[in-house]
Amino acid sequence: MPSPTGITRATLVKDLRLEWRSKDAINSMLFFSLLVVVVFSFSFDPNAEESRQIAGGLIWVAFLFAAVVALNQTWAREIRNQVLDAYRVSPAPANSLFLAKAIGNFIFVSVLEALMTPLFVLFYQLRPLGPAWQLLVVAALGTWALVVNGTFFAAMSLRTRSREIMLPLLLFPISIPALLAMVQATTNILTGEGARVWMALLLSYDLVFTTACLILFETVLNAE
Amino acid sequence: MKRAFPILGILTAILLSYSLYMALVVAPTEQTMGDVQRIFYYHVPSAWTAFILFTINFVASVVYLIRRKQGADIVALVSAEVGVVFCTIVLVTGPIWARPVWGIWWTWDMRLTSTLVLWLIYISYLVLRRFSASGETPLLAATLSIFGALCVPFVYFSIWFFRTQHPQPVIGGGGSIDPRMLHVLLINWLAFSCFALLICWSRYRLEKLQREVEQAQALESLTQSPGSPR
Repeated sequence: MPSPTGITRATLVKDLRLEWRSKDAINSMLFFSLLVVVVFSFSFDPNAEESRQIAGGLIWVAFLFAAVVALNQTWAREIRNQVLDAYRVSPAPANSLFLAKAIGNFIFVSVLEALMTPLFVLFYQLRPLGPAWQLLVVAALGTWALVVNGTFFAAMSLRTRSREIMLPLLLFPISIPALLAMVQATTNILTGEGARVWMALLLSYDLVFTTACLILFETVLNAE
Repeated sequence: MKRAFPILGILTAILLSYSLYMALVVAPTEQTMGDVQRIFYYHVPSAWTAFILFTINFVASVVYLIRRKQGADIVALVSAEVGVVFCTIVLVTGPIWARPVWGIWWTWDMRLTSTLVLWLIYISYLVLRRFSASGETPLLAATLSIFGALCVPFVYFSIWFFRTQHPQPVIGGGGSIDPRMLHVLLINWLAFSCFALLICWSRYRLEKLQREVEQAQALESLTQSPGSPR
């Protein structure tokens, strides 16, 4: 039997290849967040200083909504042809599957962010007053906070009626502290204030919830 | 056990009427706020009761995940339901008091915001219970409850940082309380806890009976299905 990391890698490569060929998730996420950017810029007409104040909130709300699109598709593929049932009866560790899915979603959302951030900068004429490299750290930590819980709750909402609606209902309340930290960190970097406290909070949020997901995922996968 | 229920009911009724009398008549009128301060005797006990019920929900969920006993699941369900009711009372009585005293209905203060987020988390818990397939509900709900409990310190700290960075007039807390007021507050809290226990108890019995009925019906439809040999 391959090692746990081998299983993670195999599942991840399979998901990435499927996405590369179909481009279902990334296309719908891109179009969705593009719509959000356009709608927002019509709703608010900010000057440079106001942009710095509100951009953090706008960016992360757009990414949060777009991420839900990708997260909802995470497990849908595995239901067809009873792939998930096959995985359950196989001796492969459940956490390998979970990590593969979470890393896959992390990559999808990161690609989305890499493509959309230039648009945000253009539309809102952003120029950070603080150290810009910190934005990368915030983006990585924040994206992981969203996708790790999102992947977990997507597996949970798989067992419910109207699962597409269920995911945001579960994910958003739990993500409020992380979202607040991402938005505040981004805004503080853009306006040139310190963001270390928020980054530390995000990091501990990531650590705590990643651990919780890894401990509890097997129970959720095998729930009968 | 059967006799304890009506006794608790009568005790709760007496305590609630006594605490109402204490809160409205006996407790001294607050110097600056006047009579509107008396809502405090309902607001604070409800908050304490709600937090205790949410703690019970968390403990029962952990017990369910370890032991997989149906009783623990029912306790978790009941405490979350009644907890949300008390938390709603807190969120409704708060603004009624805040409007005349602070001049605003709502402020994004640390305590207000964290109570609201807690309320949202437990609403999503109840929604999950309603929407999931019956066999898996207890397990999924217990998992979500643990996530919710893990989230509480983060909610608290994030809003604390948020508010220390943007100072707001925070009123309440600090200062000393008249011992007579404290006395009334504690009596009210006792009455509210008894009331919560009473509701939880009857809701527990109801839920248990409901599950027994469902099981009996499922068993009946299995034995009486036309295809099966009699």
